[in-house]
Amino acid sequence: MLTLFAGLSALIFLLPTVLTVTNSFMAESEINANYGTVFGTAESGSKIFMSDKLNLKLIPDMVTFSQYITVLFKSPDYLFKFWNSVILTAPIVIFQLVTAAGAAYAFAKLRGKLWNVLFFIYLIIMLMPYQVTLVPNYLVADTFGLLDTRWSIILPGIFTPFAVYIISKIMRRIPKSLNEAAKLDGASEPQIFLHIYLPLCKSAFASVAILVFIDNWNMVEQPLIMFSDSSRYPLSVFLSQINSGEIGLAFAVAVIYMLPAIFIFLYGEEYLVEGIAYQSGVKG
Amino acid sequence: MPKKDPGSFKENLKIKRKKIVSDIKVKSRTVGKRLSTDNIFPLVCLAPSLLGVLIFFLVPFIVIIFYSVVDNPINKEFVFLDNYISIVKNSAFIRASGNTMLFSLTAVPLAVVLSLFLAMLLDYKLPLVSTFRTFFLSPLMVPIASVVLIWQVVFHLNGTLNQIIEHFGGSAVDWLKSDYGLYVVAILFLWKNLGYNMVLFLAAIQSIPKDLLEVATLEGAGAFYKFFFIKLRYLSPSILFVGIMSLISSFKVFRETYLLTGDYPYSRLYLLQHFMNNTFRSLDYQKLSSAAILMGIVMVIIIGVLFFIENRFGGELEDE
Repeated sequence: MLTLFAGLSALIFLLPTVLTVTNSFMAESEINANYGTVFGTAESGSKIFMSDKLNLKLIPDMVTFSQYITVLFKSPDYLFKFWNSVILTAPIVIFQLVTAAGAAYAFAKLRGKLWNVLFFIYLIIMLMPYQVTLVPNYLVADTFGLLDTRWSIILPGIFTPFAVYIISKIMRRIPKSLNEAAKLDGASEPQIFLHIYLPLCKSAFASVAILVFIDNWNMVEQPLIMFSDSSRYPLSVFLSQINSGEIGLAFAVAVIYMLPAIFIFLYGEEYLVEGIAYQSGVKG
Repeated sequence: MPKKDPGSFKENLKIKRKKIVSDIKVKSRTVGKRLSTDNIFPLVCLAPSLLGVLIFFLVPFIVIIFYSVVDNPINKEFVFLDNYISIVKNSAFIRASGNTMLFSLTAVPLAVVLSLFLAMLLDYKLPLVSTFRTFFLSPLMVPIASVVLIWQVVFHLNGTLNQIIEHFGGSAVDWLKSDYGLYVVAILFLWKNLGYNMVLFLAAIQSIPKDLLEVATLEGAGAFYKFFFIKLRYLSPSILFVGIMSLISSFKVFRETYLLTGDYPYSRLYLLQHFMNNTFRSLDYQKLSSAAILMGIVMVIIIGVLFFIENRFGGELEDE
């Protein structure tokens, strides 16, 4: 009975994703017939037949790859937007981890009031919502002339203290004795960092990378404020602006967009779960 | 832009550098030479991140505090709380913060209670538990923008939900263009965040000492007693943490709202981020900075209060 209940609710959680995938194999005419009204507002005098009622369907009448073919070969616009997403997300994930590795090590090692205060400041910045942090970020971007460039999003993204905070928490759990033993064997500080601390935190890096990736892959707030030119928008923002002329593509684009996230999820679910569990040490 | 920013930023950097140098000096004096060379490497490691945080967060934050108490960026006349008073009286800001507050007050407790329930459910030795966990966690990884099409179809005036309601004799509601819109967004929020919270609770539940529960069972404690007097107390730090994380994500719900309804939503769905976006468009720095500082202060107070409550609650646990 409990299993049935858990199973049913689990299916409900999965359903929107599954629907998006199955609908991506529908032909354009079928999508128009089913969902035309949602997107039909832009072109009211459209020639396509639109039913009043929306018709959410799990299984397409006829499976076709036509949406994908159009997206991949005939309408490069979407691939550009996909690339916009990649070029914004990848540097943030990579360099947030690189700078965080050093900073986390420093916070695990340095003892003293000054460092505790600084670490607390990192925590406060981490907890602030975008509504607060976007104002200082915008100010800096404006001052250095970075507005309307990718740097206005990438640079603040890199220095968001999230990774520092989590990884430092984990590095602090590494026993001091390990450190002392390495020192007795003649290891220098950089060697201890590279050969003891980093390898021990491998899984922490993986899980933080997943969490940082998914947050930035989904970014909406930053591009809306930093970019005045919508051609720079990543797919996360652009997808919502699909209008009636292109609804045949919408689901295929949506699926292509979720693929990287799904792959990372399936490949790294254990890391993700571990990473989420690590976070709960927020207090100590 | 005033020339002030780079100047104050450099000054700040200088102060910071002095502090670091003096800190090293103090340490090397007290503990001896060995430690000071030991400290240099971590400091080098910290430098890039610290520099970035200073440039992109801390220094501009100080500038923004300055902006929030002057009349305009050119004149720089000190007006103390005037900007704050006008922002608190601003009708758009009142509406936005009211809606955001209403949303957080509804969605965050639900997110905590429902995910605790799900975690308890999965904690029973059900078959396929790890599959269920994957399913519950999947919305976290699926980009909102990808599934927003499905949600639009479900909650449209002629959409699936209304068809079901009409089938059972109810009347259709335009979900996204009515006061119900906030509940629709709340459902999306729960759909996305329950799995994440559930994983946090699962980890916490598994760390409750098993022997304690066994002793309780032997002494005849019921499931109800065990839940309220043992499990819940061990879970209290996690409940606090899940609460804080949900609160933070509830501020990100603008994403869902924006993708569902665009720039100009129904007034019930006008959130703080909408307000900020509009203010950015007119680039009123006084308004922006006082609004940001005000929200920052409120966040710090809320989180501080939550920590305070948890400290008292968790403190009791250690005494026993």
